[in-house]
Amino acid sequence: MTAETLYSIRNLTVEYDTRIGGVRAVDDLTLDIYKGEILGLVGESGCGKSTLGKGMMRTITTPGHIVGGELWFEGVDLMTLSELEMSNIRGNRIGMVFQDPMTSLNPLMRISEHLIEAIRTHYPRMSEDAARARAVDMVKDLGIREERIDDYPHQFSGGMRQRIMIALVLALNAALIIADEPTTALDVIVEAQFLDLLRSLREEFELTILLITHNIGVVAELADRVAVMYAGKAAEVGPVESVFLDTKHPYSRGLLKSVPNIDVDDQELFKMTGAPPNLIAPPSGCRFHPRCPRAVDLCTDDEPPLIDVTGDGHLASCWIYSDLPNRPTDGVG
Amino acid sequence: MTATDPLVEFDHVGKFFPVPTGLISGLRSKKEKPAVRAVDDVSFTLERGEVLGLAGESGSGKSTVGRLALRLLDPTAGTVRFDGIDLATLKPEEMRRTRSRMQVVFQDPLASLNPRMTIGQAVEHPAQIHLTDLSPKQRREEVYDIFSAVGLDPPKYYYDKFPHQISGGQRQRVVIARGLITRPDLIVADEPIAMADVSVQALLLDLMMQLKDEFDLTYLFITHDLATTKYLCDRIAIMYLGKIVEIGTLREVFTNPQHPYTRALLAAVPVPDPRHRRTEPLPQGEIPNPIHPPTGCHFHPRCSIAQEGVCDVERPTLLPVRGIEDHEVSCHLRTGAYQELDPV
Repeated sequence: MTAETLYSIRNLTVEYDTRIGGVRAVDDLTLDIYKGEILGLVGESGCGKSTLGKGMMRTITTPGHIVGGELWFEGVDLMTLSELEMSNIRGNRIGMVFQDPMTSLNPLMRISEHLIEAIRTHYPRMSEDAARARAVDMVKDLGIREERIDDYPHQFSGGMRQRIMIALVLALNAALIIADEPTTALDVIVEAQFLDLLRSLREEFELTILLITHNIGVVAELADRVAVMYAGKAAEVGPVESVFLDTKHPYSRGLLKSVPNIDVDDQELFKMTGAPPNLIAPPSGCRFHPRCPRAVDLCTDDEPPLIDVTGDGHLASCWIYSDLPNRPTDGVG
Repeated sequence: MTATDPLVEFDHVGKFFPVPTGLISGLRSKKEKPAVRAVDDVSFTLERGEVLGLAGESGSGKSTVGRLALRLLDPTAGTVRFDGIDLATLKPEEMRRTRSRMQVVFQDPLASLNPRMTIGQAVEHPAQIHLTDLSPKQRREEVYDIFSAVGLDPPKYYYDKFPHQISGGQRQRVVIARGLITRPDLIVADEPIAMADVSVQALLLDLMMQLKDEFDLTYLFITHDLATTKYLCDRIAIMYLGKIVEIGTLREVFTNPQHPYTRALLAAVPVPDPRHRRTEPLPQGEIPNPIHPPTGCHFHPRCSIAQEGVCDVERPTLLPVRGIEDHEVSCHLRTGAYQELDPV
């Protein structure tokens, strides 16, 4: 890959303290986000995908804490910054969009006030009128009627609020947007409208988006690359077409096959055995080995590294792709 | 339709919720009080052993239909019949007995379970109310049997667990088990798998299919997720602003959708294949305010083929799609007198 790396996560480990021990929600994870791409981060509940998003912003709160790792963004390791410097990065250089925009908007502030504040944070010398004019342009761009700009957040529907969140992030000219389940609370048509909007915005503004979601269909529709997480680790990372059509990791294979689709002639729904492990005492070796149809002794004993399977950035953390003599054999399923 | 003995029958059912108005304006206004027509003139039948999917977006009225079927709500208009009996005519005692034949499974299993009851007690509780001719020992055996049937194995191990000690997927199995203990005829499943991860969804869908055969169940399956209806439903009804806009066999509605809203809904479902591109246009805007629904066809302001003078004036009704059995659509341009106006 010749693409320029915008954010580089190096060996990030995040732990939550519990009465019965530390839970490593993100464990020694390394991942790059390239400039101008939409990277989909998928996985089931508890796999650590939201913790990773928070870790990247350094907004993990007690009982959680970052145990180690480096977070390189625009040439700086964010781990070395003071809290004050970090809060400057947040919102300014990295914007966040959450599942429930109502918790991110101030219920006592008009939409216009939110936007003007954001614009003037970024352009302190801009007059209030100019900022307002710009805010009006932005909401119109996002398909919201001008006369609604002085409404309060509760007067907006869920889909419109999510558009406002995007407007706020755009107003700040953030280099990276971390969107955690941005469409999960939306109905399917509103979700599709929102995805269309993101698609056109990313062309216009050359956005870089980390899209955290459990919805694999949304990733297929929008992302350029995808990272599949399992039990705090990256199981598979690669270009979206390659990961979806030539899936390498046995876990991703099971996950993708169990996604319902609307093709009436495809009636088989794949059922994966077992459940994700308890992260207080994760399995030895590969964390997927107790559920894996291909597992051999090697998988029980040693943890597999991320291996570049195809030589062009399609990585899988699975011993199948090693050249060890005692590696498991690949097969269908 | 030829079937004659449906388990559930909705006959022009309406459910209107009054909208709170201020005291002064309420006294001043001589006009009819505003109401949300959550369910408006809905008719359908659910045959024994059938699975009917009820799909639509938030606020379409699908959950209200489910509550009306269980008589958790009384209809404002029309009749809801269960096994041929008008539910509104039943006295409390008769209703209580009928209730043992109809059960419900909700979306959030944690909210549906008492955190201070073991899951065994939770499932046994309905048996204590409804299965009064069984001895305590027999009731306990019943619980074990149902636990095995829903995959909570070994049952004796699970009996003493509390809801917080088991996984979300297992909790949903408990809620299903509790629904089955009275051996009901009807299960109203309101988004039963919406909170589960995809791998767990697949297991729950599979379980529901197995249980349907094992216990001779009839399902009303309420969901916002069209993709999951396919694995379970024989027929499907699409709701929009309190009305059924299209109903038919699942295969027919999925492969030959007639209503522009159904088409949009199907097209909007994200497809887990990066090569896929959406072909159907999305409707503009969002669902309008149900207190003041649009005139004529409720969907016309967002419809890409709406015809002025027809769709914004006259209210369409469900009519059979020509030449096709068991497929009805409520669209002026697809059935009835104005079909020649259809631009497609």
